[in-house]
Amino acid sequence: MAAARTYFDKVWADHVVADLDGQSQLIHIDRLVLHDWTAGWIMPGFAKAGRKVANPDLVFTLVDHLIDTRPGRTRSQSNAATGTEIIETARKHITDYGLRFFDIGDRRQGIAHVVAPEAGIILPGMTLVCGDSHTCGNGGVGALAWGIGNSEAEHVLATQTLPQSRPRTMRVTFDGGLGKGVYAKDMILALIGKEGANGGIGYAMELAGSAIRSLPVEGRLTFCSMAIEFSARTGFVPPDDTTFEYLAGREFAPKGAAWDAAVRYWRGLLSEDGAHYDKEVHIDASALRPHVTWGTSPEHVLGIEGRVPDPAAAPNAEVRRQHEKALSYIRLTPGEPIAGVPVEAAFIGSCTNGRLSDLRVAAGILKGRKVAEGVQAVCIPGSASVKREAEAEGLDKIFKAAGFEWHESGCGLCADMGNKRFADQRVISTSNRNFEGRQGPQTRTHLASPATVAASAVTGRITDPRPMLG
Amino acid sequence: MESLKSVTGVAVAMLRDNIDTDQIIPVPEMTRSTEETHERWGAGLFAYWRYIKDREPNPDFILNKEPWNRATILLGGANFGCGSSREPAPKALRGFGFRAIVAPSYSGIFFNNCFRNGIVPVELPMATVELIASQVEASGGAGLVTVDLEKQEVKAPGGEAFPFKTPPALRAMLLSGLDEIDQTLLRKAEITDFQSKDRSKRPWVYAPGLES
Ligand code: SF4
Repeated sequence: MAAARTYFDKVWADHVVADLDGQSQLIHIDRLVLHDWTAGWIMPGFAKAGRKVANPDLVFTLVDHLIDTRPGRTRSQSNAATGTEIIETARKHITDYGLRFFDIGDRRQGIAHVVAPEAGIILPGMTLVCGDSHTCGNGGVGALAWGIGNSEAEHVLATQTLPQSRPRTMRVTFDGGLGKGVYAKDMILALIGKEGANGGIGYAMELAGSAIRSLPVEGRLTFCSMAIEFSARTGFVPPDDTTFEYLAGREFAPKGAAWDAAVRYWRGLLSEDGAHYDKEVHIDASALRPHVTWGTSPEHVLGIEGRVPDPAAAPNAEVRRQHEKALSYIRLTPGEPIAGVPVEAAFIGSCTNGRLSDLRVAAGILKGRKVAEGVQAVCIPGSASVKREAEAEGLDKIFKAAGFEWHESGCGLCADMGNKRFADQRVISTSNRNFEGRQGPQTRTHLASPATVAASAVTGRITDPRPMLG
Repeated sequence: MESLKSVTGVAVAMLRDNIDTDQIIPVPEMTRSTEETHERWGAGLFAYWRYIKDREPNPDFILNKEPWNRATILLGGANFGCGSSREPAPKALRGFGFRAIVAPSYSGIFFNNCFRNGIVPVELPMATVELIASQVEASGGAGLVTVDLEKQEVKAPGGEAFPFKTPPALRAMLLSGLDEIDQTLLRKAEITDFQSKDRSKRPWVYAPGLES
């Protein structure tokens, strides 16, 4: 009898075009997503070398990284020094090559990893690559997706393949029900806190267990987007009825008999009982609380009732050095409770937490409340579609009435794209990376869920959202 | 593509774990210009650590000091190059002059990007990296290190040789300097064959929005 196989084993096997050297394989890439920055960098050289796009139908392009998000922006407006030039270069070459393009003004524009699932571009059992490390978020619908560099993007554009070594497999199981005020963001932060920011290195991570199964697709996308912060090659939730309901009818998903055939195919990919994983991790989801980071690595994370650690208590000298360095950057004192730390800014958005369900949770807290005096609060919907739907529900009015700015969609303040408004400030943020300088020069980022960010914006201090939830 | 067979030179120790690509090259350095030269990328390397403000060197930062400013080999900590997938990270290292990194582990994206930018990322256990670093430091940088990709061996200043492994396909690409896209295009027939079989199995992949 053949050995039981995992979802990953099957999907990987489906994509092997050729074995290269016994260790790495030439892998078929089903979807290439190019954003403004990648396209603007690689396409001039690609065109000059006279290269052809191998499979234009499998390529999707859009503008998200360098575009300004402020209301009333123009088509190429950017805060980055050469941003406008790069966006325009991208636009010109994408148009010359006749690729599908969700430009500024298109109904489908938005952050790549928000747009791909919501437009049905990414489907279960597919491979997708894009020039941004949080591409792994697409794993939320059961895809194998990962970030690539510019040379790799050129390679995929020219060949629709990529040489890859096969990662090992890990299964992370979250069992138990999530408590009120605890979300996918808290789950992934808890995992990184438990296993370390290197915990996933070299692994493709399958997510399992009742707490994962009961997450809506948007929560799964949030979770998987931070697989890279765990250093995993990718993370994914094998598809189930929740996934199929989410994807059915989306613009680029198959329809009719083709859809039924696809669903049958996807069901056949599920991991078999007794399949082998190189590593297993179990987490009790019912014990989780809201989480927030205190330092400059996603592993520097605490439950909301926690206290900033004392480097003197670190398990070894290396960790002590890291904690000391993180504390001096983030300007907190050992032993200080994380709840109550004053913030100067609050950010809701990004490919991790810029979806409709995220905005709904935040709006639930902001309704009838006001952002604390002196806190700049910004909401950037993850896509034009998220923005439209939120506005149809009146969420924009709630955000604005509370004192939040309401922006156009894009990556915006998730990374330092030349907008210096968070420079030297302490920000509570729904984004995914709290590295030094990530959101601006000397910006001190605390990662948390949309509920925690909204609650903290209201009090002006890092705040447990649970008492504010209706 | 730039080839590399072997490099011998000054090795600088930056043994911190988790040196991420936002530190290796911050975003503003990437959007500063659209030039593609070694000088341009090299100038952005570790910009937040290396400069006090704009381009004024921070005298305390190791790469601003003799002889480490001439280093061609970087000794790093675990999970080197983690974070953002930005290819300017290896470009900045290469632009500064680095041709090899020796560290216990790397982020996968960064690791692959190195080979395409003329740098060999060598994986050796932390104890070995520390041993090499201590010999280099004891000699004030005068003790040179060799990273030989042909032999897959690192030679410490004290003369000990440490074998390492690299993925054969990436190694062959870096040794030869042959263009990776051209190499893959030689397999065009295999790719077309794969796609035509796959198309009958998974038609929805090849026709986004397929209706039938
Ligand atoms: S929102 Fe942030 S993490 Fe997500 S794609 Fe944009 S820059 Fe990358």
